[in-house]
Order: sequence, then C-alpha cells, then structure tokens
Amino acid sequence: MKRVYIDRHFCIGCGLCELACLTVHSRSKDLAIAYTVERPQGLMSFKKVFRDGSMCASTGCRHCDEPACVEACIAGALTKDPATGRTVYDPEQCVGCMSCLMACPFGAISKSPLEDKIVKCDRCVELDMPACVQACPNRALMYEER
Amino acid sequence: MQYIIIGNGVAAVAAVEGIREKDRTGAIRIISEEPYPTYGRPLISYYLAGKIDRDRLWYRPESFYKDHGVELSLGVRVASLDPKARTVACADGSSYSYDKLLLATGGRPTEIDLPGAGGEGVYRFTTLSDAEALLKVVDKAKKAVVVGAGLIALKSAEALLMRKLDVTMVVRSRIMRNYFDEEAGGLLLKHLEAKGLKFLQGATPKEITLDQKGRASKVETSQGDLSADIVIMAAGVSPEATLAKAAGLAVNRGVVVDEFLATSDPDIYAAGDCTEATDMITGELEVLPIWPKAYNQGLYAGRNMAGGKTAHPGGLPMNSINYYGLPTMSVGIVNPPEGQGFEVERMVDEEGERYRKLVIKNGRLAGFVLIGDIEKSGLFTSFVKFGFPVTEDIREKLKRGEPSVLLWPEEFFEETWNPRPTAQPIA
Repeated sequence: MKRVYIDRHFCIGCGLCELACLTVHSRSKDLAIAYTVERPQGLMSFKKVFRDGSMCASTGCRHCDEPACVEACIAGALTKDPATGRTVYDPEQCVGCMSCLMACPFGAISKSPLEDKIVKCDRCVELDMPACVQACPNRALMYEER
Repeated sequence: MQYIIIGNGVAAVAAVEGIREKDRTGAIRIISEEPYPTYGRPLISYYLAGKIDRDRLWYRPESFYKDHGVELSLGVRVASLDPKARTVACADGSSYSYDKLLLATGGRPTEIDLPGAGGEGVYRFTTLSDAEALLKVVDKAKKAVVVGAGLIALKSAEALLMRKLDVTMVVRSRIMRNYFDEEAGGLLLKHLEAKGLKFLQGATPKEITLDQKGRASKVETSQGDLSADIVIMAAGVSPEATLAKAAGLAVNRGVVVDEFLATSDPDIYAAGDCTEATDMITGELEVLPIWPKAYNQGLYAGRNMAGGKTAHPGGLPMNSINYYGLPTMSVGIVNPPEGQGFEVERMVDEEGERYRKLVIKNGRLAGFVLIGDIEKSGLFTSFVKFGFPVTEDIREKLKRGEPSVLLWPEEFFEETWNPRPTAQPIA
C-alpha cells in the first residue's frame, strides 16, 4: 500500500501542502476562494506543518495498519477499508466525542473549527497522487510503497 | 472450528474481526442478553439527550454479522458454562458446544445498598434498554435525582438536563474523583452549575422513598431530602464475571487474563470491561473499563483464538468526555500517589475554563489532563504512549501546551514518517 512519507531534511516549511490540501477538499477547487470564503466556513487542511526554529515537518494521517483512532471511535465513524488500506472517516456517523483526537499519537486528527466533527486525511481518494505530494516543491513529501 | 462469543459489545465485534483475519470459514456464534445488534454503548447518553436519533447508535452496518458469517442468539442469557465439556447452556434451554470461547460480558452497574433502590422509577444507565426506558418517561417527569459522581452519573444527568428536567446530583465527595483533582473537578463543577445542573455535595444517600404504588418519590440524604420523579443510580460499573466465577476460572475483581487474553482455561478467552489485565504503564493487573482497550483486547483475543499468538500491549487509561460543551481528556496516570517520585505541573485558567495538568516521572510523561483546550491532546498522548524523554526544554514546551512531532527523538520520527523501504525481491 502506498503512503505519504516525509524526508524532513528536505521540508522547507512553506506550507504549500496545506494550501493544496485545502484547495482539493474545497467546493470551489480554487485556492483563493477556498482560503478566503470556505476556510471561515469551516474548511481546514488535513496536513499540519510543524515549525520550530530551523526545523520543520509536514505531517498527516499515516493510515496505520492498526489505527488507535479506529480503536477509540465509539460511533463506528472511523474504520479501515480492507480494499484500499485507507483509514476512512464518516462524518455522518461521528458524534464529536474527540476520542480519536486524544488517541492518535501522531497528532493526525484535528477538531473541526465550527462543528463537533473532526477532519483527517482521506489520502485524496480520487487522485493517483495526493495533492500535498503533488504540491511539495522540494520533494520532501513522497507517495510510495515501502 | 466453532467459536462462541458471549456478549455483543465492542470487544465481541473486534473479536469477530480478529478471528476473520485468520479464519474465514470457522463457525462463529454470538450469544447476547441484549436484544439489539451491536451499538456504541457510550452513545446512550447522546441518545437520551436527543443529540442523535436511534439510527446512529449502531456501531457496525446492518450487514456486519452476515458479512462476517456470524450466527446470532440475541436476547438470550447464558446460564452456565462447562469448561470440561466445552459447552454453554442458555436460559432459554438451548445449548452450544465450542472449541474456543470468548467472554465479552462487559460490566454491570455497581449496586449500593440503598432501601428503595429496586423501586419503580429508579433506573440504571448502562444499556440501550435503560435509555429506552428513560425516554418513555422524560417528557412527563420534572425532577430527577442522580446518585453518583462519576462518568455515568454526569452523562446521564447532563442528558436529563438537556431534556429540560430539574436535575440534582447527590455527590458523596466530589465529581470525577478518579480522573480529576480538586482544581479540575471544581472547574467542571462550576461549568455544569452554570448550565443549570444542581449538586448536593458531601451528601450520603440514605433511602429512596417509594409511594403507595411503589414508585420513587423522594431521595433522602444526610444533607436533606430531594423530591424526584426519576432516580438514576450510578455508582460505577464492575466487571461482569459471574459466569467465569461459577465455571471455576480465575477471577479477582475481573476475569484474569494473560497477555494473550486467555483465561485460566486455555480454550476460554476474555476481553473488554469484564477483564482484569496488565496495564501498559503500571504493569500491574488492573480493571480498566474503557472503550479503546475493549476493542483492542477483543481484536487480539480473536486473532489468538484463531491460532495467532500475539501478546497484547496492555491498556492505556484514556477518556475523552465533553460535559455540556466543555471538552475534557485524561490519559495515563493522572492522580499520582504521594512520595513515589511523581512531579506535577498545573496550568489553570479559570475564567477561560482551561486547565492542563502534566504528571511526570523519571523524566517521562506518565499522564495528563486537559480541559478546554484539547486540540493537541494526541501529541501529548505520544509522549505517554511511547515514553519519550522529557528534557527541561521539552518540559517547558509541554507546559506551554505545545507538544510537537519535532520534540520526538529523531530515530522515532524517522521510523514513523520516513521508514527505510523494505527490501523488494528482485524479479
């Protein structure tokens, strides 16, 4: 199964991955509209860029084989898709208990800013290559089978 | 191969998933006293509060049992278990043989000896049936009294408050004592009082007064009497180990299991709230009735019943609970004993309803509590779960509420986000 990996020595902390993520998950598919209009309405990037002095790294859901979030979900809203290996989130079923947010030790889950839901990476289900990887200007993000 | 699973909660479901990873053809039967397909047990408070409708209670899709080749005996109580003959006998007269059995019997409400506690209008709150029974009466009832101060007590009280009842909690010492210290408990109390929940603190319940029809009308306490149309008894849960005990299995407070989730009988496994198992942090046998552990134990038990031999890493205590809009989390050791080398860091912002407590031992994070600001909880969890060193510099950042993947040991970071490719065979 292919996953998104990061070589942090190549990450320059530019945040283009976050913007690409925001755009691809927007209704408009337009960066400016996604950022200015849809973001205040609750749209959020699934990627997180950590920065500390000269260090930086862009992280997101690892789609673990045995995800702590799936274990912790009381509503059956997080499941593993055996066919694709993705860790799939169903917002309809989610009750917003935030158990997954607490349980994921990779910090890959965020609370939705406006409602009692979460946001997490869907590995760009419709794309061959996730948008964050496509956008990375320094090839710090890789989409590979390892 | 014939598998029998007693119980139909999260541990049972995970066990089915675990068995089916290894054995696609063995017969599986679930026998459960509850008449429903598997549901998210903690969701009963959401359901009672009216936050979700009945359709959203179901933990797995309707087709789950069929898809996994599971036969169901729902609404059937197992009366006894014979480990020698490897059979179970049910109260309805049916009986089944097994090769491997899983006890996933969960917990049962801890009963306190209180006159009137068996009366009409006195409820427990651990099952969907309990929620359904309460839903039949909440519209007509005006006053409710909840006896207890833990999770079940608070969540049932909150739900009844959302149903516009006048709700008073009878609290012997203080709320959420197992997880929250006085400061955190006080913050939560203030929040809930502002939402309209009433508390009678330092009060010992003495009797539930029943009227001539045998209906609860009043709760008498050491601090005075409270009239009530509904009384909820919520003194916590204890492992349901009756069957195991009667069958001669090793039972302390819960059914004792080894790291493979096997009981003292090698063909009988146990998982979830009914068990007593090794704790991830303390390394001691503990009863830990939390959802993620139940799922994980069930999964490992299922795999091991189907021929696997994988040791379960042990449970990590964790709870994420929202109390009437105030999010709270506690992970690991949060109320450390005195004099054992634990250090505590506390950050309190009463006005902003924010609280952060870090428990540190031997330069490692042993546990934490977050109230209000919970967004970065997962990365705090990483420090507890993986035991990363907490240097002075890291400690300052954790105190400020700024855990980060950049504070992890570099090898761990690489292993997690950039592992070496596994060698591919050359064609």
